[in-house]
Amino acid sequence: MTDSGDNGKMSGRRRFLLVATSVAGAVAGAGVATPFLRSMMPSERAKAAGAPVEVDISKLEPGMLLTAEWRGKVVWVLKRTPEMLDNLEKLNSQLADPDSQRDQQPPYAQNHTRSIKPEILVVLGVCTHLGCSPVYRKDIAPADLGSDWLGGFFCPCHGSKFDLAGRVYKSVPAPSNLVVPPYTYLSDNRLLVGSDSKESA
Amino acid sequence: MSKQQNSMMEWIDKRFPLTITWKAHLSEYYAPKNFNFWYYFGSLALLVLVNQLLTGIFLTMNYKPDAGMAFASVEYIMRDVDFGWLIRYMHSTGASMFFVVVYLHMFRGMMYGSYRKPRELLWLIGMAIFFVLMSMAFTGYILPWGQMSYWGAQVIVSMFGAIPVIGDTLSNWILGDFMLSDAALNRFFAYHVVTLPVLIVVLVFVHIIALHETGSNNPDGIEIKANKDPHTGLPVDGIPFHPYYTVKDIFGVVGFLIVFCGIIFFAPEMGGYFLEDNNFIPANPLHTPDHIAPVWYFTPYYSMLRAVTVNFLGVDAKLWGVILMAASVVIFCFLPWLDRSPVKSIRYKGPYFKFALTLFVISFFVLGWLGTKSPTPLYTLLAQIFTVIYFAFFLLMPWYSKIDKTKPEPKNVTK
Amino acid sequence: MRMIKFLLLAILLAPFVAHSSGQEVKLDKAPIDRADKESLQRGAKGFVEYCLTCHGANFMRFNRHHDIGMSEDDIRADLIHTGQKTGDLMEAAMRKKEAEGWFGVVPPDLSVIARARGADWLYTYLRTFYQDTSTYSGWNNLIFDKVAMPHVLHHLQGWQVLEPGTGNLVQTKPGTMTKEEYDRFVADLVNYMVYLGEPHAPYRRELGITVLLFLFGMLGLTYLLKKEYWRDIH
Repeated sequence: MTDSGDNGKMSGRRRFLLVATSVAGAVAGAGVATPFLRSMMPSERAKAAGAPVEVDISKLEPGMLLTAEWRGKVVWVLKRTPEMLDNLEKLNSQLADPDSQRDQQPPYAQNHTRSIKPEILVVLGVCTHLGCSPVYRKDIAPADLGSDWLGGFFCPCHGSKFDLAGRVYKSVPAPSNLVVPPYTYLSDNRLLVGSDSKESA
Repeated sequence: MSKQQNSMMEWIDKRFPLTITWKAHLSEYYAPKNFNFWYYFGSLALLVLVNQLLTGIFLTMNYKPDAGMAFASVEYIMRDVDFGWLIRYMHSTGASMFFVVVYLHMFRGMMYGSYRKPRELLWLIGMAIFFVLMSMAFTGYILPWGQMSYWGAQVIVSMFGAIPVIGDTLSNWILGDFMLSDAALNRFFAYHVVTLPVLIVVLVFVHIIALHETGSNNPDGIEIKANKDPHTGLPVDGIPFHPYYTVKDIFGVVGFLIVFCGIIFFAPEMGGYFLEDNNFIPANPLHTPDHIAPVWYFTPYYSMLRAVTVNFLGVDAKLWGVILMAASVVIFCFLPWLDRSPVKSIRYKGPYFKFALTLFVISFFVLGWLGTKSPTPLYTLLAQIFTVIYFAFFLLMPWYSKIDKTKPEPKNVTK
Repeated sequence: MRMIKFLLLAILLAPFVAHSSGQEVKLDKAPIDRADKESLQRGAKGFVEYCLTCHGANFMRFNRHHDIGMSEDDIRADLIHTGQKTGDLMEAAMRKKEAEGWFGVVPPDLSVIARARGADWLYTYLRTFYQDTSTYSGWNNLIFDKVAMPHVLHHLQGWQVLEPGTGNLVQTKPGTMTKEEYDRFVADLVNYMVYLGEPHAPYRRELGITVLLFLFGMLGLTYLLKKEYWRDIH
C-alpha cells in the first residue's frame, strides 16, 4: 500500500527512505514490546517466594516419605531401604525410560537410582501426565495394582504408575519419568531444593 | 501488487469493504494541503490513547484495587515487576501528556474556527471525549491511593454534596459508603479500566467518522470542497491523506516521542506536576496534607471553584463555585453558536478576537497557576478577576466577533 | 504566528516558573552524590542499624542492594541482622502495634519517603532535632513541629537546645561525632534513602539516553521521508 504519488514508479531515494524508516520502526516496535513481555515474567516477589528451600532430613526413617514445597509444587524426599534399591533393577523391562535418557533430571541424578546419594530420592510429586499428585504406595503386590507391584507411586487421576525412582511404567498415560528438581546437600542431613549450588541458600 | 495478492483482496472485499474503507479514509481522503504544526495534535492524541490503553492493560495485571493493598501494589509494580516502573511512568506521563495534546488540539480549533458550521457536531463529540477524558483522569488518579489521590477525590466528590436536597444522598451513592473508602476505590477502578475506556474508544471512532464526513478544516478556515477541479472533481487544495499526511504524522509522532521519553526517563515526576510529592505517602483518612492541589490539568477549573466566596441570590458560595466550575468546562460546547464572525480563521479575524483569545489564554494559565497555590486574599482576588475574563471571552463573543474588522478570506489555501 | 510561538513557549516553561516559586521553609542542600556507591553502602548500613528498628522499608528487598555494588555475602553480613532471606522485604524489627503504643503513631514506611519529602528536607530534618521538655518524647524539630519521633541519633550528634530569641540551635553536650562527621553520616543516610525511593533510577537514565539517541536518528529519517514525499506537493 505504498503507492507513489502520480507517476506509478517509486524513486530509488523514496524506496530507500521507506525501507529504512520501516526497519527503524520495526526496531522501535521490538524495543517497546520487550519491556511489556518481560513484565509478565515471574516478578521479584515470585522469585523470592520461589527461592530454594531447605529440607531437614535428619528424622527421615528408611521407607519414609517426606513432603516439602518448592515454587508451589510438592517435593518428595524418600529414604529408600536396601530392598527397595535392589528392586529397582528388576523393573527395567517394564519401564518406558529405565536409564533416564530423557531430560527429566539434572546430570548428577542421571543414574539408576536417579539421585545424588543412592538411598535419598528427591523428585517433584507432580505427575508428568496432567499434573495431579500421585500417591506413595510402598505395599508390595496389593490387590488393586497387581501381583508384580514392587512399590512406587500411583496417580489416581488417570492411573499412571511410577517406580520408587520416579521412573514411569510402559503403557500408562504419563509420557515421562517424574522430574528431579535441582538440589544439593548443605550437610549430611540438610538438603537444599531448588538450587545446585550452596551459594543461594 | 502480485496476482495472488489481488485475488486475496478480492476475496476479502466481497466479505468486508477493506479497499473501500482504505480509500475513503486514507488513500482517497482529501485533506487540505496547508496543515501546519497545530495539526499534529489530533494524531498525537490518538497515539497517547493507544499508549494509555496498552500500558493500562499491563498495569491492571499487577495492580490491586483494594484500599489496603493499592499503594503497595503500585510500589510492587515499580520495583518487583520487571520493567514495571517503565510501564507505570509511561501511563502516568501519558495521562498528563494526554491533556497537553488535547488542550493544544482544542486551542487549534479555537484559533482556526474548526467548531464553526458544518463542524458543530464534530466539536461537540470532541467535547464529549474531553469530558470522558477528565473522568478518566479523575478515576485514575485515585488508584495509587496516596494522600493526593484520597484528598483530591474527597474534594471532588464533596462537590456533589453541594447540590441542594439530593446532594448528600448523591455523594453517598457515588461513594457506596458514608466516606471515601475501599468501596469507592473499587468502583472507580471499574470505571477507569472498563466503562470509560470503552466509551472513549467509541467516541474517538465517532469523532473521526464525523471528521471524515465534513472534511478537515485548515489554517485558512476555508472549505476546500467549495473549490473543486472541474475535470477530476477533486478539491484543488486537497491532497490524499495517505501517503502525505501519514508520513508527516509519523515525523510528528517521533518528535512527540522525544519529548515524551525525555519526561519518562529523566523527569517522571515533572517537578511534582505529573506525580505529586504527597502522593508518595499512603492515603490517611485522618490527616489532610498541609497543601492539596489537583493535578495541573485541573487547576484552572479548581481556581474558579475557589474563587467564589460570597453567597449570591440566596445560593451559597459553595454551590456557586461548583456551578461555575462545571460551567467553565461546559461553556466550550457553545462556541459554534457564540462565534458570529463572518470568517473562521484567526488569520482573517480582526483585532478584537485576537485580543480576546490572548486574554483567554493568559487567564487560563494564570488560573492554572493559582490552582496550584494555597489561597491567600491576593490570590483569591486574582482568581476572581481572571475568572471574569475567562467567562467574558465566551459570553461577549457574540458581540465582539460580530463588530470585529475582518479581512477577506482567500479562494485558495495559503502557506 | 508570533503570538502562537510565544504561547507555546509559555506552555513549555510554565511548570518551571511555577515550581521555582514554592517552598517557604529554608532547607539545607543535601550534599549527596547518587553515583557514589560507597556513600550508598554506608547509608544502607546506617539505615539498617538506626532506622529499620522502628521504620520498615516494606517495598524494598534486601537482594536489590546488588544495585549499589553489594554481593549476596555483603548483604547477609551488613544488612541482615534478624535471620531473613536475601529475597525478603526490609520490614521493621518492631511490630506496628507496639510502635503505636510507644510513639502514638505507627512510624511511617520509609521506602518512598525521599520521594514524598525530598532529599533536602530529610537532610535538614535529621540535623535539627532539639530538646524540648514540652513534648511527649522530650524532643522537637525545627522543620517538623511536635514530631512524634525521638532523636534516635542524639548520641552521635550530641544534644541541642533552641536558643531563645534567635531561634538557633546550640549544642549543650557533644556526641560521639564531630559536626562534620555527623553531617557526612546524615548525607550518606539521605543519599541511601533517595536511592531507596527509586532503586531503578540510574538504570532509567541510562536507558533513556539510548532511547533518545535512537529517536533522534529516527527523527532525521522520518524528516527526510516526509520531505521526499512532499516534493510532489506544489
